[in-house]
Amino acid sequence: MVELYILLILMIIGAVGALEMKDLLSSVVALGAVGLGLSFTFLVLKAPDLAITQLAVEILSVIILIRATLHKDLPEVPARGWSGGTAAGLGFAVVFLGVAFLCIPDLPPFGEPLLKVAGHYLEAGLKETGAANLVTSVILDYRAFDTLGEATVLFTVVMGVLAVMRAVGRKERGKADE
Amino acid sequence: MSLIVKTVTRLTAWLILLYGINIILHGHLTPGGGFAGGVIIALSFIHLTLAYGKDAVLRQLSKEAVHVWESVGALAFLAIALFGGAAGYFFANFLPAGEPFNLFSAGSIPLSNIAIGIKVWAGLFSIFLALVLLRINRGDK
Repeated sequence: MVELYILLILMIIGAVGALEMKDLLSSVVALGAVGLGLSFTFLVLKAPDLAITQLAVEILSVIILIRATLHKDLPEVPARGWSGGTAAGLGFAVVFLGVAFLCIPDLPPFGEPLLKVAGHYLEAGLKETGAANLVTSVILDYRAFDTLGEATVLFTVVMGVLAVMRAVGRKERGKADE
Repeated sequence: MSLIVKTVTRLTAWLILLYGINIILHGHLTPGGGFAGGVIIALSFIHLTLAYGKDAVLRQLSKEAVHVWESVGALAFLAIALFGGAAGYFFANFLPAGEPFNLFSAGSIPLSNIAIGIKVWAGLFSIFLALVLLRINRGDK
């Protein structure tokens, strides 16, 4: 469990660094470090499926963010110093941590979920679906409807991106290259 | 990009592509599956696009073809679900389960993995094309 805490502290440091760095590229690299830490966390928690997916998606998003930020000179947000925003953030953090401190003792202990249906998947999954990888048998057989929703979300995202970046708006400005 | 990047890309892009296909096809046996494999295949195409420029890739695979492949993946997944519906209920595993730990096992799960892999590959690659390359072109002018 020690390595898990080390990874979590590393991820928090990376997230704070991504927020605080002045250079946009360094910020994106710090964000990539957070994703890498999350991938290793999944490995430590014995979820290699999630680790592979997290690593691949993180590489993709870091590439897109770097290509999107590298040639941009975004206007720098002026530092505002300690003000009402900081006070509100601190107040929210205090409220959140207080409520979490009250609620966390009522959660089931780590590794003992309330839902008993997972036990059935572990026992009968191989016999009922024939898939050696139980994660796949859950997401594509028992819970395939969720996967259909996820595919719909991806489809909608692609349509939204293409609608926002479509060529019509650019042709009106005389740049009809696509 | 420079000559070094192009040479390394030529040596590694197909390895990444084959790794993605391997992850998709063995999704029901080893960790991974349609989503992760699709992202890795999209990464191999992005690798080529970054090294050789978008024209070299779009000559082989046009943007319209990517959109067609994305729809094919989504419709194939839905068709598998509807075949299951014909066999009993929506998303029923309509093929025989077969011998566990074989490549041809687990009924319709490998088919769903392939459909999702195609869909995720085409979707993420078209997002990359639209979001990154078109913007950079606009900035250059």
